[in-house]
Amino acid sequence: MTEPSELQLSEAPPGGLTRQGSLWGDAWRELRRKPRFVISAAIILVVLLMAVVPSLFTSVDPNFADLDHSRALPSGDAWFGYDLQGRNLFARTVYGTRASLIVGVTSALLTVLIGSVIGIVAGYYGKWLDSLLSRFGDIFAGMPFVLGAIVILTTLNAPTSNPSQTRIIVQVVLSIAVLSWPVAMRIMRSATLVAKQLDYVKAARGLGASPFRIIFRHLLPNTLAPVMVYATIAVGAFIGAEATLAFLGIGLRPPVVSWGVMISDSSNYVRTVPHMLLFPAAFVTITVLAFVMLGDAVRDALDPKSR
Amino acid sequence: MGRYILRRFLQLIPVFFGTTFIIYTLVWAIPTDPFAGKCGQRPCPASYIEVMRAKFNLGDPLIVQYFKYLGRLLTGDFGETFAGLSVGKLISTAYPVTVRLALIAVLIEAVIGIGAGVLTGLRNKGFLDNLVLVSTLFLISLPVFVTGFVLQIVLGVQWHLISPTVSRAATFGELIVPGFVLGSLSMAYVARLTRTSIAENRHADFVRTAIAKGQPTKRVVGIHLLRNSVIPVLTLLGTDLGALMGGAIVTEGVFNINGIGGQIFRGIQDKEGVLVTGIVTLLVLVYLLASLLVDLLYAVLDPRIRYD
Amino acid sequence: MSESVYDGATGTFVSPQAREAAEAEPLLEIADLRVEFRTRDGVANVLNGVSYRVSVGETLAVLGESGSGKSVTAQAVMGILDTPPAFVTGGEVRFHGENLLAADADRRMAVRGDGIAMIFQDALSALNPVFTVGFQIEEQLRVRRGMTRADARKRAVELLDLVRIPGAARRIREYPHQFSGGMRQRAMIAMSLALDPEVLIADEPTTALDVTVQAQIMDLLAEIQRERDMGLILITHDLGVVADVADRIAVMYAGRIVEEADVYSLFRSPGHPYTAALLESLPRLDLKGQELRTIKGLPPSLTDIPPGCPFHPRCAMAADVCATTVPEFRHLGDGRASACHFAGEMQSRG
Repeated sequence: MTEPSELQLSEAPPGGLTRQGSLWGDAWRELRRKPRFVISAAIILVVLLMAVVPSLFTSVDPNFADLDHSRALPSGDAWFGYDLQGRNLFARTVYGTRASLIVGVTSALLTVLIGSVIGIVAGYYGKWLDSLLSRFGDIFAGMPFVLGAIVILTTLNAPTSNPSQTRIIVQVVLSIAVLSWPVAMRIMRSATLVAKQLDYVKAARGLGASPFRIIFRHLLPNTLAPVMVYATIAVGAFIGAEATLAFLGIGLRPPVVSWGVMISDSSNYVRTVPHMLLFPAAFVTITVLAFVMLGDAVRDALDPKSR
Repeated sequence: MGRYILRRFLQLIPVFFGTTFIIYTLVWAIPTDPFAGKCGQRPCPASYIEVMRAKFNLGDPLIVQYFKYLGRLLTGDFGETFAGLSVGKLISTAYPVTVRLALIAVLIEAVIGIGAGVLTGLRNKGFLDNLVLVSTLFLISLPVFVTGFVLQIVLGVQWHLISPTVSRAATFGELIVPGFVLGSLSMAYVARLTRTSIAENRHADFVRTAIAKGQPTKRVVGIHLLRNSVIPVLTLLGTDLGALMGGAIVTEGVFNINGIGGQIFRGIQDKEGVLVTGIVTLLVLVYLLASLLVDLLYAVLDPRIRYD
Repeated sequence: MSESVYDGATGTFVSPQAREAAEAEPLLEIADLRVEFRTRDGVANVLNGVSYRVSVGETLAVLGESGSGKSVTAQAVMGILDTPPAFVTGGEVRFHGENLLAADADRRMAVRGDGIAMIFQDALSALNPVFTVGFQIEEQLRVRRGMTRADARKRAVELLDLVRIPGAARRIREYPHQFSGGMRQRAMIAMSLALDPEVLIADEPTTALDVTVQAQIMDLLAEIQRERDMGLILITHDLGVVADVADRIAVMYAGRIVEEADVYSLFRSPGHPYTAALLESLPRLDLKGQELRTIKGLPPSLTDIPPGCPFHPRCAMAADVCATTVPEFRHLGDGRASACHFAGEMQSRG
């Protein structure tokens, strides 16, 4: 017991109700018990497998067209039916996973990378640099997402031009990241501002540790959690964004197969051939749901208050 | 309070210039020929190009062009399209429709979102709480056009409850379902934010004080708890009003609404730079004014900000 | 356990009749109160049969370390426990003889603020940050007393004057964060007095304040208590703060009252080893230069309270019986009571 130097008893918390262990260790133990986490992780694993080895799920060529089957409804042969040109929708949906996932994951990585670097610099150095970077972020945050993407993507590719597949994927990823990084920056900035006030970080600064060392040794471990949660949810959101951009005719285009491209194919025939929209849209929704749920579960697990 | 609002206002100015300048650059400075295809199959005559270049100040450096444009905008002159149509007139026919759509969306968000959030935030874990959690997760995951198409097909084509497309008049009644579609994503966020906010404040010291004072439960919840909990929610709603107008493009496409979404598309397709920059500048302005309004509201609702 | 509660003289009633009446019906009486916290890590037995009483015009100090259950007792009295995790599993809270734990929600609400009022440790978080101090006081008068806005405002200014907030008429329009810590606590006290309560519970009212301000607030509370002849319950972990103002002291340990006595007897000859250890850990002028004594060990985990006397692992006097049998809370005569097997020996020694 500490020495009570004044006229009072110790105000130490009673033992027994406290828990030991690190933040991440606790979070992991917490997560394994949550159905929300288990379900979303399982869905993501299946989707990942589809993206890596689509041939495991179907032996049909996604681009093989047989006009005899045009618009055929789902059946035992083709679970999801056929599209206008008589292509097997199940095969296309399975093969479309890869492009959709690549767009979602790379845009999330890029967004978080740009946002975190700017956010941690703004939060750590503060003062005028913080104001400057924050206003710079506001400029991009002030642009409505869909509108900004339309302007960027149509300027880069005239509607009549025929750019290469990789070029379009890169452009879509870049426009998503350019328009979304301020969100990651704000999260990182406020987490840094909090972490900067921690006593041992103050001590390290007082002892003259280099900014580089402080940021990597002391700040990053404390600020990573909220950004990781955002990144997980962002993967889902950006898969949805890919679909939206494709729907507007400015995202990925054939011959690339992605869920967005399939949705874009269907948009003029929604009322007559609804299953063309239904299946890729369902895959988008379920995948987005899985990532959002995963991010949600991780956030709850990392937040001691919610226990 | 005055100083706080002034500071927020001053912060908005560079953001306004930055955003509009970037858009202006994207639209005008990218080296594609703005006159390609303007005169049918043949290239445009040199005399026409010269007149047009002079009219749109294309000979000036970009930054000069931009400020000349803004200067005219300040006097309310949005300029003309290549074909000589008044952009101001084009915008004024489309803008009210989108504003109406966005207002309906925000209204639906606020009523259903806050309602569901309060209801679940006040309860402990249970059926209703789970129902709202799952359905908001689902709404967040559904792309807007999917929600739009599904409602259009089910309510419009199969059940004939609504007309699948919206007429030119775009009355409030016609815009309810599109407004719901547009607001659905944010509605889910509003519900979740309200729920968290209420659940956190429910155990706050000042709520406990209000109970200990012997205030009736209705007052404790309706006055003490709600007032503190809606502050972050109102911020979200305010910022959303601006964002929704820009995001309305997809919803307008699904329901064939003659709003600014269609005009933006036409403007981009026809390379009508004046039209595109005009609409985007206006949208950015709305977005920034909405966030200023939110700051004002914030200061009114939370005295700690007013006196800092 | 409720029978064994100390029921000694209150010291404030002169006539034997009045004293008798007060003893027959104390203002507020807590009997064998039991509360447990059901958490994922197990059930914590936070209150294990707490009993105490307060009479008209009496000041009772409840002393204990954090986790001893002193605040939980107060919250159970007010009916503001967070359920879950807290559940009242037994006992009674009698106000004018009426068991509040059995009363319906409307009745409990009516007693709050009017019969029993409470002030909290941290006035900054306990006052609503988005309403003016005036609003929060007037609210009581308007909602509970049906006063008009103007009348309520007038009365609220009077109350702020009463707790000696300078410039009350002006400051009533200000928000809690514009007040200093001491002024905030005064405003909190004014709010609690709005409905003229018969009992005031002050939960660590000075802990969050500077030492100089602590004394002022404590004097103010003592003065108001005297003028209004209120029952005052002072909850504290700081013996020095309450020594001057309390009539009686109840010492809590691990969710039980372990000793109860008037202030002078308690200081002169403690009846429980825990109290004795507390007193020895106080710095004393006459023993200047010597090292302070401390109590070894930590308070027990409430999920796993040791059998027998909960204090025995830390007790210098502990014998075999202490590890097996829970000591009864026994009267020692002279209005004192203690829950120690060796209370008698301690008394004779002292």
